[in-house]
This record gives sequence, C-alpha cells and structure tokens, in this order.
Amino acid sequence: MTTMTLGKALNSGLRRALDADPKVLLCGEDIGKLGGVFRITEGLQKDFGEHRVIDSPLAESGIIGTSIGMALRGYRPVIEIQFDGFVFPGFDQIVTQLAKFHFRSHGRSRMPVVIRIPFGGGIGAIEHHSESPEAYFSHTPGLKVVACSTAQDAYWMIQQAIASDDPVIFLEPKRRYHEKSEVDTERVPMALHQAAVRRHGSDITLLTYGPMVKTCLEAATIAAEEGTSIEVVDLRTLSPMDMVTIFESVRRTKRAVVVHEAQRSFAVGAELSARLTEELFYVMESPVLRVTAYDTPYPMSRVESEYLPSVDRILGTVDDSLAY
Amino acid sequence: MALDGANDGMVQLLTPEGQLVEHPDFSYQVDDAEAREWLRQMVLGRRFDIEGTALQRQGEIGLWPPLLGQEASQVGAAAAVHPKDMVFPTYREHAIALSLGVEPAEMLSLWRGTRVGDWDSEVRRFGLYTMVIGAQTLHATGYAMGLQLDGMVGNPEPDRNAAVLAFHGDGASSQGDVNEAYVFAASYSAPVVFFCQNNQWAISEPITRQSKIPLYQRARGFGFPGIRVDGNDVFAVKAVTEWAMERARQGQGPAFIEAFTYRMGAHTTSDDPSKYRLAAETEHWKLKDPIERVIAFLRRRNAVDDGFFTQLDQEADDFGAAVRDACKQLTEPDMSEIFDMVYAEQTPWLNQQAEEYASYAESFDVESGSHS
Repeated sequence: MTTMTLGKALNSGLRRALDADPKVLLCGEDIGKLGGVFRITEGLQKDFGEHRVIDSPLAESGIIGTSIGMALRGYRPVIEIQFDGFVFPGFDQIVTQLAKFHFRSHGRSRMPVVIRIPFGGGIGAIEHHSESPEAYFSHTPGLKVVACSTAQDAYWMIQQAIASDDPVIFLEPKRRYHEKSEVDTERVPMALHQAAVRRHGSDITLLTYGPMVKTCLEAATIAAEEGTSIEVVDLRTLSPMDMVTIFESVRRTKRAVVVHEAQRSFAVGAELSARLTEELFYVMESPVLRVTAYDTPYPMSRVESEYLPSVDRILGTVDDSLAY
Repeated sequence: MALDGANDGMVQLLTPEGQLVEHPDFSYQVDDAEAREWLRQMVLGRRFDIEGTALQRQGEIGLWPPLLGQEASQVGAAAAVHPKDMVFPTYREHAIALSLGVEPAEMLSLWRGTRVGDWDSEVRRFGLYTMVIGAQTLHATGYAMGLQLDGMVGNPEPDRNAAVLAFHGDGASSQGDVNEAYVFAASYSAPVVFFCQNNQWAISEPITRQSKIPLYQRARGFGFPGIRVDGNDVFAVKAVTEWAMERARQGQGPAFIEAFTYRMGAHTTSDDPSKYRLAAETEHWKLKDPIERVIAFLRRRNAVDDGFFTQLDQEADDFGAAVRDACKQLTEPDMSEIFDMVYAEQTPWLNQQAEEYASYAESFDVESGSHS
C-alpha cells in the first residue's frame, strides 16, 4: 500500500500501461513537456518519448479522428481532453465514428481508444471548465463510460480502460485530483464495470459517482450521528451500469437517492430511476429521488456551491425519501 | 468557362481528343497493355455504376451515389496504390473499390440494407464508406501516423514503405475535419495523400460556394504541395498520384491532389440536378469523357481492334448480369445480429435486450404470421 493523490495515481497507472504495451500511446494538448494542464502526464514524454506521448495540434476532432486511424492500425491511443467543456468539437468523431466502428465493420474493427476527460465543477473556474457531459456519452451505443472517485480506482481503472477493446470515456473528478488515499499497486481490486459499496447502510441507498462520492460519504457520516444508516454506492461505471450491485443494495434498503453534478433532466439519475422502477416497483418504499445540478448552464463560480449538490441538499432529500 | 481549370496549371497528359501531350514534370511511358487494362477498369466501373442506378430504380437498393464521369480519377488513383498502402474512401469510390478487389456484392449490401459495412478493410486495403463528410480524412491521417510508428516510411527498400490515400470531395474541403486532417498531416509529416475529386458540385452547391481560390492552392497554406490534375485523364491521374504516394512513402510528408472532374450524374438517386444546373454544362463535360479519350488514343495507335471492344462489351454485359444477380442474392439480415455488433466485450444490459427481442420474436407464430 502506498498513499498518493488521485492525480498521481492516474500518472502511475498511465506509466504502467505504457510500460506494459508498446501499442499504448498518449495523445492530447500540452501533455508532453508540460505534463498536461493538470500535470497528469508529467514526466511521461521524457521517459517514453515524443512518439508515444504525443503533443497534438489544438483540435479535438483531429485528436479523436486521428486516434481512430491509429486504432485501425493496431494502436491503443489514450486521449486527454483538457476540460469537459472542450470535448464537444470532437463530439462528432466520438458519436458517429468512434462509437460505431465496431458496429459498422460487423465487429472486424476494434476501437481500443480511451478518452480521458477531467469533469465536474467546484474549482472556481470560468465557463466550459466545470461541466458534467456524461449523459451524452452514456446515451451513445458503442461507448463505455466510467468515472473514478479514489486514487485506488484511478490507478487501476485507467489501466483496465486501456486494456479494453471498446472505446471508453474515462471521467476524472478534477476537483479530487489532489486528494490522497491508499493505493494497492499489487492486486487488481475489481473488474472495470462493477460498482462498489463505499459505505454499508440499511435505511437508504445513495447512488453516485465521481466527485460526489466523497460528498455522499460526508452526508452519510453526519446522518449516522442522527441515527440514519445510509449506504453509499459508487457506480464507477455508467455504461454499462452494474445493475446487480445496484439492485442488491436497493432491494435491502428499499429507498434510493441518486446524486450527481450533471443537470437533472435525461441524465444518469433519470435512467436509474427508470431501471429501479422497472425492477423493484413493489419492493421500494418511496420513489427514486434525485439531487443534481439545476437545468441551467453551469453558473458563475461564486454560486457554484449552491448550484452543485451539497451535503445539506443530500440530507434534505434523504429525509424526504424516509418521510415518504 | 469559369469552372474550367485548363488554364490553371492543370496536369494533363491525354487530351479529350486522345492526343498525348508533354508536361515538364510528369509523363506517361506509353504501355498499350496497361492503357487497355485501365480502359477495361473504367468501362467495368461505369457499368457497375449504371447497374447501381438501375437497381435503385427497380427498388432493389435504397440509394445509389453515381460516379459517372469520375472513372479516370478513381482508376488512375487505384493504379498508384501498392499492396501495403491503405485507401480511405468517401461513399462514391465504386470504381477504385472494384480495382482494389472489393466485391460488387460487398458494396451493394450497404445500399440494399443487408449489411452496414461488408468488406474487410484491412484485407482489401480499402476503408469503409464514410457518410459523415470528411470524417475519414482524419482516420486516414491517423492511420498514416501509425505507419510512421510502424517504421514503414522512408526505408531504403521500397517494399517496406507504405502510404495512405485519403479521398474527399470539393464540398468536404469546407469541413473542419478535413482542415484538421491537413494540419495533423503537415505537423507530423504523415505519409498521407489527400485526393480531392473536385466534381464541381456538392449536391446543389457549386464549388464557388466552397472556395474562392482553386482548391489545390490551399495546400500551400497548410505546408505541403498541392497539384491540380485533369481528373478525366487516367494517364495524368496515375502519374500525379504515383508521384505523391511515392514521396509520402519516402518520408517527404503529405500532398494534396485536386482531380478536376465532373459529376455527370446526380448526387444520389434521390437528387434532381435539373433544378440547379444547366444541361449545357453537362454537355460541355461530355466532350471530356474519360473513357472516350482512351479509346481514341488506343485506336489511333492501332493498339485495339474491333475484337477487343466486342470482348470488352461482352465482359461488361456479363459483369452487369453478375452484379444484378449478386444484389438479389444478398442474404437478408437477422435482427438478432445487431446486439452482438456493438461492443467487442458484450455488456449484460445489451444482452438482456437481445433476450427481450428474442422472446418477442419467438412469440410470433411462424406458420400463420400471427402474434400468439
């Protein structure tokens, strides 16, 4: 066990993937000498060379489109998108090309491409730097979408995503980059597309992922002092979702609240609500409730703490569910 | 005529009348057998195209984008492709596809709706048709970067080298992806040749809507050579493409070829060119037919006799019949196939939907066709 920040864990995971497979390449803006704007790729170009850690021209569609070509040639490109709000110039290549290549080649062409996206808010940033675009990608057949929340997951999930033969949108909770936790670099903890119960509880299940996992755990700690036992499930994988773990938890607690930074409508919470209703309608004691951002563009940063789900809003919604 | 590029440095080796002309940089070393073979490929390409249009009119396929008039651009380009090279097409490259060995049935299955992409692009060295305009130019550039990483560029032994030929049209020249492909190709000196078939029309929009300067002149701004070639002259297209591909293989980076040609037919079988262009323009281009000029050339040299044409006509007729048969014999797809096509590693969620569909399908009484 070693203790490291989530950002350092990503760096170590990328290093190990580059070491393990000469076909792994990193592509992105400023990822070479600078090590990326968040320094996640720091030192990698120096050690693996500029042919494997490739500084790209400033064009997201170009980065993704050329990565598709490299994947067709047998490479495994790992793309860094600088910020969530900047993925959209590459959106067409992701949804019309990357996501569909396996399908439109009847399975002949595989697309082992990882797109790393620092996502979410809470860092006091200007517009386009705090967004949660996961629903767009989770809605797209052909993509897989995962989000890490701990250093341990960052280290292992990035390697598992790179090893996947399908395209993976890899969401990194940017506001948690500097938070430290323990990493076991010896033993693979779990499969990529599995959810993790972060805290066991019996009264209600919080379903969450990415940056909100920590917020939910804080809420659970406070609720415990008041006698409410909250279970916190870290989804880890949004497409596909691990319904076995999710159903098992909610079947026990009979109540569920989904928490995410993304806007409410047509999002992960809506999907989870539908699936839980379809499967556990007669089991549940209350409807699935959602604690999310509001359906507006991400606001000016001075109000983001009110815009984003907070411990207080989560606990309020937990109370609503329990009182139902 | 404003669209006529004859006075704009265009490389031409064979005039519309079938006369060889000199060019300071490019030449065609006359080889009658080779010329006859290219003529044959153009005739079969045109026949395939005519059959495609007819099959659409007969309701056998849903849509067809005719290549009529662009046979020399494609057959000439195909002649410059080596076995290790890779070609990324748009969706109108039927003639080069045939020349590279793609089966007519493999192409027709897309338009008939029995498959979404049928040929093995690695085996055929020919990527899948791409409908999102220009998207394939980035894939081509990335593939070329992969060739570089594989050490297949600039080797002293020519056999070890390879390059990529990326097709796009005049309309695509306005797309961001295409311009990004130029930037990436230039930045990394990728071994990719952009082959633009400027057929003058992007559905109803003339080239003047896309560009205020000749397209080939744009290449210089991106940092690589651009050249305009008579796209209806198979000799010139071959010579220019061979030059560009060879310098790419040798590590001298990308190049841009503007094959100046004309879309004699509609954009697709759903289009109606009479609404936006004059018949006189099409008549003008008929005089520049890519096939007629090679026939005139070979006849003048007595390199063909009537027997050659009788035989070629027969081959085209037989080929046409085989194309029609192959189309009608395409295997109907099964809805249940699609669930396994999405991922390399299947998901439980999609599996569940596959089962849901299977049980729905099973609920039908096959005998009476009624729902049980």
